[in-house]
Amino acid sequence: MNADSILERGPLLVRDWLVSFLPEPARWLAGSLLAITAVIVAFASLFALLTLIERKVLARVQNRPGPNRVGIPLTKIRLFGLGQPLADGIKMLTKEDIVPRSADRVLHFLAPVALLAFAILTFAVIPFGRHLVPVELEAGVLYFFAAGAATELAVFMAGWASRNKYSLLAAMRALAQLISYELPLLLSVVPVVMLAGTLSTTGIVERQGGWTFGLLPQWHVFTPWGAAGFAIFFVAALAESNRSPFDLPEAESELIAGHLTEYSGFKYALFFMAEYFGMCALCGMGVTLFLGGWQAPLSFLAFIPSYIWFGAKLMTLLLAFMWVRATLPRLRIDQLTRLAWKFLVPLALVNLGVAAFWSLSADWTGAVRLTRWLIAAMLLAGPFVLLGRKLTAGLAPRIYRYAT
Amino acid sequence: MIASDISPLASRLSSGAHTRAVTDPFHGDLLEVSMGPHHPSTHGVFRMQVTLDGETIVKLKPVFGYLHRNHEKLGESTSYLGSMPYTDRLDYLNSMTNNWAYALAVEQLAGQPVPERAEYLRVILAELTRLLNHTCLAGFLLQDCGCSGTPLMYAFREREKILDLFEALSGSRMMCNFQRFGGCRTDASPEWLAAAKQLTDGYGAFLDEYERLITGNEILMARTQGVGALKPDLAISAGITGPMLRATGVDYDLRKVDGYGFYPRFEFRVPLGDHGDTYDRYMIRVLEMRESIKIIQQAFATLPAGPVMDPKAKLRGFRPKPGEAYGRIEGPRGEIGFYLVSDGTPNPYRYRVRPPSFVNLTLLEDLCLGHTVADAVIILGSIDIVLGEVDR
Repeated sequence: MNADSILERGPLLVRDWLVSFLPEPARWLAGSLLAITAVIVAFASLFALLTLIERKVLARVQNRPGPNRVGIPLTKIRLFGLGQPLADGIKMLTKEDIVPRSADRVLHFLAPVALLAFAILTFAVIPFGRHLVPVELEAGVLYFFAAGAATELAVFMAGWASRNKYSLLAAMRALAQLISYELPLLLSVVPVVMLAGTLSTTGIVERQGGWTFGLLPQWHVFTPWGAAGFAIFFVAALAESNRSPFDLPEAESELIAGHLTEYSGFKYALFFMAEYFGMCALCGMGVTLFLGGWQAPLSFLAFIPSYIWFGAKLMTLLLAFMWVRATLPRLRIDQLTRLAWKFLVPLALVNLGVAAFWSLSADWTGAVRLTRWLIAAMLLAGPFVLLGRKLTAGLAPRIYRYAT
Repeated sequence: MIASDISPLASRLSSGAHTRAVTDPFHGDLLEVSMGPHHPSTHGVFRMQVTLDGETIVKLKPVFGYLHRNHEKLGESTSYLGSMPYTDRLDYLNSMTNNWAYALAVEQLAGQPVPERAEYLRVILAELTRLLNHTCLAGFLLQDCGCSGTPLMYAFREREKILDLFEALSGSRMMCNFQRFGGCRTDASPEWLAAAKQLTDGYGAFLDEYERLITGNEILMARTQGVGALKPDLAISAGITGPMLRATGVDYDLRKVDGYGFYPRFEFRVPLGDHGDTYDRYMIRVLEMRESIKIIQQAFATLPAGPVMDPKAKLRGFRPKPGEAYGRIEGPRGEIGFYLVSDGTPNPYRYRVRPPSFVNLTLLEDLCLGHTVADAVIILGSIDIVLGEVDR
């Protein structure tokens, strides 16, 4: 595939052309601002689309049509409800902004802003395409998780500042969740960094290039440690983005709306936006670390521009997030932390060992190569089964008797 | 045996549950939260005044009466027949069984016989109501567990089908007002019977689908098994009835015990639980639905022809002889009973309802102590209350 084809470099060419109107010293700044604008605009519209897609997906799972009334205003064209996000946005903007009398006004205002800011910051290091990474950082992965962890702080701010008991309980839950799931999330990423030998996100994606038998991709997820790491990452990412079944801070049936209880109008919309941004960023990171980033899935498909592949993979992961949400019940807070500390963390540590073995056995060839797979898989499967058994001990479907 | 159960907190503490007494000076800060009356999962205008240690409940005070509308006094100032539509509004999901229990009480009071076809219809409608109620409960309970609506939507899809049947028969989806003293208000047409039979025959497939969807899920089991366990002796001494009692393993089903209606003619089993926890309460209802399907199918197979109303029954100017009667049936939530005292006038002298969900609700604190807020919500959901009946 031609890395410099016109399609591949398209976005860069547009940027350079626009920037060329400016004097030389301002070009770097303008280029960065353009990249930032592009990311924000792209993901803000993706957010609008995602709210609709999520409702449609949920509706499909639940045997109902979902929103399908709002199309183009003043016409009878409905377009599968494509106008719904716009209508929602207008509704949100025109709602009264209510601040409880006893709330901490400053923190109450800052929380949604901080949450959104941190969520947007994480996009900086994600490579959206072959040449499309907003900021080329040496320690990109580290930066991503540092910025991502700060979002929970904003959730805590919201819960604390609202002066509502439900919000406070939600804030407590959010902190417990943050501490529990930050660890497996990071530990699941360490093997990638170990084997790629770099913390730079572009470096990690480039490491996943190349083809087995000239056809199949060499993404990390297609190795034993990568598959396990991706599974752990996926579960921890669900928890990090407060998505079902880990939506405890927001638990509607228990805490009304958790930390969002005292928010209305546009602040509420900002929370929503930040949640989706966070979800997009985590999914983007998952794609980058495990699913080959912008690499094509098969060698003969490499003519399609890299950013399209990245987008497709991102959407697939997002759809998986929605699919999980549709049916699963919510965990209790103690079960949530138990899952993290007694299952995910030990498994991630084991995975670290497997990755080390994988890296040491990299020069095995021929039939021994197969044993390498077997050993790695067994090293993972044993602890997985044992830990899983311990986690679900005492839980089983029951047989019922009947009165005689 | 029962003495230790009277003080729930003391027994909880001695059993080693991780709660501290509210009076313990070392308990640290307790948080008092008023859950309800406007809370998404208190199933109406119910309020739980909970005292929390962290998220653990150390005290719970149920507050209700927000929906009180003087039902029993209204019954005493209305004619016997005039109260029939009001019974619809007690447990507004199960108006058919409320009607039947009230009709049964009046029929006992007046010595009024009921034609055979009407008794069959009553059994069919009562079991359809049981399907309706248990389906709703399964949906609501899983919604309380945090499923984002999918089980609820599955359940409501089937509920609508039953409600359509009720509407076709009685003219109203939920406020059916269908039973009369001495029979039923209208006869079921052959088309209605065919539609009802088709629904019943397909219901087992729906239950299979529903159980495949969620019952074996580990999260559901972790959330419900061992949560809100109820001991049989406590359940008996508190007067618990219905699926909640049978989940503790007590074999007490009025359809078998009283044998009212034509239930002795039908072949069905009574499922019993062993743990009395939320999972058992959920599963017992699912299994009861399967038995209900069998009852309805048998009733359709042997449905006799004939009138649905006793020709001698008197609706206008109905004055039973002085006396008293208590009519009770096995409603979907437990024993629903009506106690009536007649002084020979057109209105009852005393009209009293024995609402199953009100009595079952009395044990809420005992079930919730030592569990978390999240558990309290699903325990309340598994008790299966309707505030129209609790507050009356």
